[in-house]
Formats: sequence, structure tokens, C-alpha cells
Amino acid sequence: MKTNSSEHRGQCNLSFTVNGRTVEVRVFPMERLLDVLRHTLGLTGTKEGCGEGECGSCAILMNGELVNSCLIPALQAADANLTTIEGLAVGPQLSALQQAFLECGGAQCGICTPGMILASQQLLSKHSSPGMEDIREALAGNLCRCTGYIQIFEAVAQAARVKADV
Amino acid sequence: MIEENVIGKSVPRKEGRDKVTGAARYIDDMTLPGMLYGATVRSQVPRGAIKKISFDSTIDWSEFAIVSARDIPGKNCIALIGDDQPCLADGRVNHPEEAILLLAHANPHLLRKAIAAISIEYETLPAIFTIEESEQQSQIIWGTDNIFKTFLIAKGDVDSVWAEADYIVEGEYSTGAQEQLYIENNGMIAVFDGETGITVWGSLQCPYYIHKALMALFSLPEDKVRIVQMETGGAFGGKEDYPSMIAAHAALLAMKSLRPVKIIYDRTEDMTATTKRHPSRTRHRTAVSKDGKILGGEIEFTIDGGAYATLSSVVLSRGTIHAGGPYNWPNIRIRSKAVATNAPPHGAFRGFGAPQSLFAMERHMDRIAQVVGLSPVEIRRRNFLKTGQTTTTEQMVQENIDLEKLLDRALKLSDYANKKAHFDRENEESQIKRGVGIAAFLHGAGFTGSGERYLASVVGIEGCTDGTVRLLVSSTEFGQGTNTVLCQIAAEVLDLPYGNVEIAQPDTSQVPNSGPTVASRTAMVVGNLVQSAALGIKQTLIAGGDLRTPYSAEEFRAACRNYIAKHGDLRSFARYDPPPGVFWDDENYRGAAYAAYAWAIYVAEVAVDSLTYSVTVEDFVALQEVGRVLHPLLAKGQIAGGVAQGIGFALYEKVVWQNGRMENGQMTNYIMPTSADIPPIRVYFEEMGNVHGAYGAKGIGELPMDGPAPAIVNAVVDATGTNFDFVPLMPENIFAEVSKTLSPDGER
Repeated sequence: MKTNSSEHRGQCNLSFTVNGRTVEVRVFPMERLLDVLRHTLGLTGTKEGCGEGECGSCAILMNGELVNSCLIPALQAADANLTTIEGLAVGPQLSALQQAFLECGGAQCGICTPGMILASQQLLSKHSSPGMEDIREALAGNLCRCTGYIQIFEAVAQAARVKADV
Repeated sequence: MIEENVIGKSVPRKEGRDKVTGAARYIDDMTLPGMLYGATVRSQVPRGAIKKISFDSTIDWSEFAIVSARDIPGKNCIALIGDDQPCLADGRVNHPEEAILLLAHANPHLLRKAIAAISIEYETLPAIFTIEESEQQSQIIWGTDNIFKTFLIAKGDVDSVWAEADYIVEGEYSTGAQEQLYIENNGMIAVFDGETGITVWGSLQCPYYIHKALMALFSLPEDKVRIVQMETGGAFGGKEDYPSMIAAHAALLAMKSLRPVKIIYDRTEDMTATTKRHPSRTRHRTAVSKDGKILGGEIEFTIDGGAYATLSSVVLSRGTIHAGGPYNWPNIRIRSKAVATNAPPHGAFRGFGAPQSLFAMERHMDRIAQVVGLSPVEIRRRNFLKTGQTTTTEQMVQENIDLEKLLDRALKLSDYANKKAHFDRENEESQIKRGVGIAAFLHGAGFTGSGERYLASVVGIEGCTDGTVRLLVSSTEFGQGTNTVLCQIAAEVLDLPYGNVEIAQPDTSQVPNSGPTVASRTAMVVGNLVQSAALGIKQTLIAGGDLRTPYSAEEFRAACRNYIAKHGDLRSFARYDPPPGVFWDDENYRGAAYAAYAWAIYVAEVAVDSLTYSVTVEDFVALQEVGRVLHPLLAKGQIAGGVAQGIGFALYEKVVWQNGRMENGQMTNYIMPTSADIPPIRVYFEEMGNVHGAYGAKGIGELPMDGPAPAIVNAVVDATGTNFDFVPLMPENIFAEVSKTLSPDGER
């Protein structure tokens, strides 16, 4: 993926995998990945809260790592494997984390929820049974103004237990 | 007692599935064909006359829709209580960030450049920025005296108490502005059509407030303005009044361009231009007997309203009524006022004046305890309001409340006595100083005084041929659980499974005005109306012979179908009717201020690092009596969320003002609590068996905002032995105060 020069203002082709589907899009190289997901691909589950990487509402998984998509220039996603909130449920079947957020009251207004669930997903992929301190630390880059976080912590702990039982 | 099916159970949140899958549709997720993006050109000065507006010729302005005050068809104001706030400045600006011009273009990226290419020349006028400057009246910026509103509450004979007092305790307390900081920024989309009028979709709390504002602004009849609420990503009062402004702006641009127009604020615009919690100052002077009984006192409560009146009079009212806390005042005089400054208007934020005056009251109780030589526990115990006594507005406490019992339980849950003893022992030697603090408080549910009578809210329910029912309310969901709780109430009344009750999207062309979603009124007041309207459906079906009790959901469906086949539709409406014998005197501010109060005792434990002066809240117990808990999971979520906001109010969230403008309008420099800052928030409910709203529920949403700040600051005072009488209490403030008590060589 190359542009002709640093002055080049035109769009270029970009290919990546999102939620298991390979897509090819025309983007401005410095366009925010967040906008490519939301506007070009219509994946509006990823939210914008602050636009400067502080709130985590736009968090997605990129090659398994949690990133704030408002800080990622589109070109950086070339050939990457992305997961957004739309990629977690299998048909009508919610993921363990989605189910736990629903049951434990982890989502109130819902605007931080997609990023929060993806941050939790990344935690559980590294830590199958995280302690409270692990959870608090893993979610510290995702702001929630509604819940006071307590029911989010409970949701993550419950999802970890459910996964362990499987 | 009949076993309830749905009430008291934590049924799934109605819109929860859409929220955890990312399918929920917020305003920025919506796009219309041919849509333009709108932006706002704002005042750079706090006060002045606009002399000249120039448009840089490097921009092709013919591509833009441009709107000024001259394009407003009706009255240039945002109609709310008074009509003093212009929609667009016309010649004069009274605060930084006041809207002057509007632009729209198909390419959102060009808007920023266009705004930068407009230069506005002002003849600046002297401006005022603090309560004290406003009081001095060196500049009159509003009315004849800079005062939006005053109240006086007088009970007993205060002037007689000073002579018999053993102690007279005085204190002055203040609270700062606080940003609501919902994670979804404000946004609106408007469409204008010569035939059908204006339609606006947006992130908002009060569809009918916007409806009223746009009717006045455009001189349109009510059927030519339609407001629709999209999923709303947090509000906390911050989307009560200002959305009328944004809807007005989007609609003006839509009218001018004849295209759909979307306005989405970025975070800095949202933080600097829209409302915040009113900064406050409270002065207490209290006469106390030697055994710690309050004999009487004077309270002077003042809030900074910013440049226009907006909601300040009602925020002041609630703050004034709550200023005496949950205590028995045989004699009291409370004077309050809201004053003008050249800052963007302050507005609604969870608690609505009460967190300010209750912070003062609860800090002052600890001050009184110090002076009298009693513990913070004992001073409260001796002064609690009891059933049969009257509040400061002389409202008789008729509920069977027992605040001492509530206090004892909170002390036990928090292990208060052991902790206190332990910290007193350990603090001397330790770098980390620990302390515990208490706050006792109350919060009135619903509109103040005659408010609900004036609102006269209406709720509708319709039965459908498939046997489901649909609630028709303008009450909005923005995280608190409106959808879920109102559906629970209807399901309970109608003996239907919760899943058979739905709630309509708030749309003023489809739903009646059930009032604004504010003031902790929805579960209690609107819930009661849902109960009545649901009962109406049931009685209609039974009276017509279509239904017989007991019935199954299938029999209910057949009854609905029969009824609709015969009569066309099945609808029931209920309108608010004030309870008999409730008296409120608006002139003298006396009587039943609220239909019900929630009561609470919060206990905070803090650790203050004597090296960095940072404060960590290590444990938090929140015990409250909110009547019947309709949905335990949602109720706990409301309390924990409110406590977290209260922690921010107390310790982290400082608005830095520079000439009336918020200078730290970013999430990177205005710091709200993260998951790493939150202690275990342990939430408990006491149900003392009072029946108020639907199934005995009282208001709950705002209550948890009132207690954390005083409990935390009381705990910091306990830990450090130094009095602090303001929030936010930042490490630098603690350093400044504590270092005063150090000797020159740094030793104590």
C-alpha cells in the first residue's frame, strides 16, 4: 500500500479483514480508521466519544490488540485483522461477555459499551480468570459515566466464569 | 399481599440487547440522503457588541448555507421559563461561546476551515466572572441588579435563638462547576419541509421542551414541529435544556438550505459551549445548645447562573429547599439567589442544586460537631428529622422514616467504629492518613411545589391485535432504565409477561406529553400514570365483556382483538391529578415541597498520601430508603453511577475558567473517575414500607449525587485534621492548607 507522494491528496485502496470478512475500500491515507468503519463500511457500533484517544468508546481489536480507532490512520490497518462489536455475536447468539453485560447491568446508556466489551474481550483473551485488580486496570482506558463501573466489573467476572465452565 | 410477577425483579433491560451488540441507533449513526453538516460560529469574547463580521474571500461562500439572527422567522429566543436567551446573538454577546452564525456544507471537513475564515470584530465591554463580582454590581449584565431569582424560606423566629445559644457556629462552603460528561456528545438532525414543517431527531431528554422552543422560534403550530428522540448516550441533566438550542440551529440551517442538516458537537465544543452544574457558595450561621441540638440558624445560598436565566430559578429552588438537610430546624431563615456572570449559562445536572447546598449542610454538621465536642455520628443522631416534625418549608414528615436506624445500619455496614479507632491509632506513624466521613441527606422526588400540577402530564397505552400493549410516553431512556421500569409497571397491572409490553420511541407526533425526564420523577410520577392507564385498558376490556379475570396472555390477546374489531382501537390515557390535601404556597415557599423524599446515609473511607497529597476513596457504603425498589439491578446501577459522579465532583473534576470560558474542555485535562479510581461501591436499600408512586416507588436517580462529596471531604478532614470547605478538593489544595500548619523548617 503506497501513495505517490506525501503531498498526494487522493484516495488509495486499502484492504483488511473485519469481523472475518475481507474488505477493500477507497480511503484517504490519513483518514481515521474510526471513520472508515462507521462511514465507509456502515459499522456504526463503534462510537466516538472524544476523538483524542482518551475515552475508549471507539476501541476495537486490531490483530488481537485493543486500539482506539480514532487514533489509527486508515493506512495502518492495511492487511490487519479487525474485530468490532458487530463481530462478537454469532447470529442471535450473544457472546459470553455480551450476555454478561446484559445480565449484570454493565450497559446503561450503551455508548461506551462496544468499546468496553472489546476491552474486556482482550483482557479475557490474555487472562482467563482475572482478579478484580486485573479488571480495573484493563478497563482504565475506557470511560463510563453511567455505571460507576461496578456492574461492568461484575459482568467481566461473570463472563470469565461462564467461559471457564465451557 | 399478592405476589408480584414483574415488580421487584431484575428483568432484562428493554433495549439492552441492541446496546451490547452495537445495533442501538444513536443520532450520529443516522444519515439522510443529501444531508449537510452544520457548525456554529461562536463568540470569542465574554461580553461585547458585534461591530463587524468579515468573510475571507479565499473561501467560496456560495457553497455554504449561512444563517444569522436575521433568518429566524419567529422570536429570537430559546423558550424555556423566561425568554431571555437568544438562539443566535443579535448585535450583542454576553458570554464566550455564544452562538452568532451557523454554517452548513456537504463536506464536514471544510467547516472548520470556514469558521476560521470568519472574523468578528467586537467592541468589548467589561465582564464579570464570579458570584462576588456579580454581587458588587460594578457591571450590570442582567436586569437591574444581576439577580435572576431570589427565595426566602422562614420558619419560626430565628432572631430569638442567638441569645439562648451555647454555641454559634459559622461556616462558608463552596462548590465548583461540573461537566455532565455524558460519553455521547450532543447531536441533532433536522429536516424542513414547506408542507409538513420541521422534524428533528436527536440526543435529548425532553422532546416537548424542544417542541415548545421550535414552535416559538419558527412561529409554527404544534403539528408542524416534530421531535424524535434517538438512543441517547447519557444525559444527567446535560441534555435537558441545551438540546433546544442545537435543534433550533439544525432546523434553521435545514430551512435555509432545504436539505437535511446534521450537527454533532465535538468534545471540546460540547464541554465549553453547553451547560454545567452551577458553582455555589453557602454561608451557615447556626445556634446550637450545649448538648448539640440545633436551635435555629440562617443559611444564605447563592449560585452562579451564567449569562442567561435558563433553568437557574428552578435549580435555585431545589437547592434552597434541600439546604437544611434531613434535620429538624425549629427556627430557620434561608435566603437564596441566583446571579448572573459572563459565562455560558449553567444548567441542569443530576441533583439540580441539592448537591451544592447539601455539601454545605453536611460539612457544616461536622463543623458543629467539632465545636460542640461531639462525634459526627452523634451530632446527626441528635438532630434528625422525625415523623411528625416539619421540614424547613413546614412540610410535615408523614412517612414512617427512622433515620437513626438508617444511620446505625450504615455504620455497621461500613464498620465505622472499628475503622475510626484503627485509623486514629495508625495515622500518626503512617505516611498514608486514613479517615472516614458520613453524609446524611434527603432528595425530593418530582417537580417542586406546584410543578407537577402545572405539567399535568399525560400517559397513553394502546392494546394491539397481537395481544401486546404499547406505552405512549415522552419519557426518555438515556441509561437509567425508563423503558424497562415503565414496561414492568404496565405488565404488572395487566398480568402480562414483561415481554408483551413495549414502549414507543419518543416522538411528539405519536406520544402525549408525559413531562420532561428530569427531577427523579419518571418511576414515581409517570409510573403512577402508567399504572392508571394500564388499569384503564384492563377495566375497558372487562367492562365490555371481552375479558374475565383471571386471564391468560392468550385470552388477553383475544380480548384485544375483539375490542379492536368492534371499536377500531384500544387506547387508555391518564392525566396527572394532584393528590388531595397537598398544599404548596408559591408566594411564601411553604408547604409540601415534594410528594415524597428519598433518604440516605453514605459513608466514605479515604486514604490521603501525605507525600503526594492525593486522595483515594478506598471504600464506599451507600444506604438509602427509596420506597419500593422496582428493579434491583437498575436501582443499584443508578446508585453506583451517581456515587462515581460524586467522587468526581469531590476530588477530580475541576473546570478551569479563563474569562468565562472553560479552558480544559477535553477529556485529557478535565478528569473524570476511571475504573482504576473507583472503590468498592457497596449499595444497600432499606424499604420502610411507604407507598408513594407506582407500587410504592419514590425517586432515585438524583439522590446518589448528593452524598458522596460531603462524605468524602468529611473523611479527608478526619484523616488530615484540617478543615476543607470546598469541592473539587485537589491535591494542591490539600498541600496548600496542610503546609500552612507546618513550621518553617517543614516540621510540624
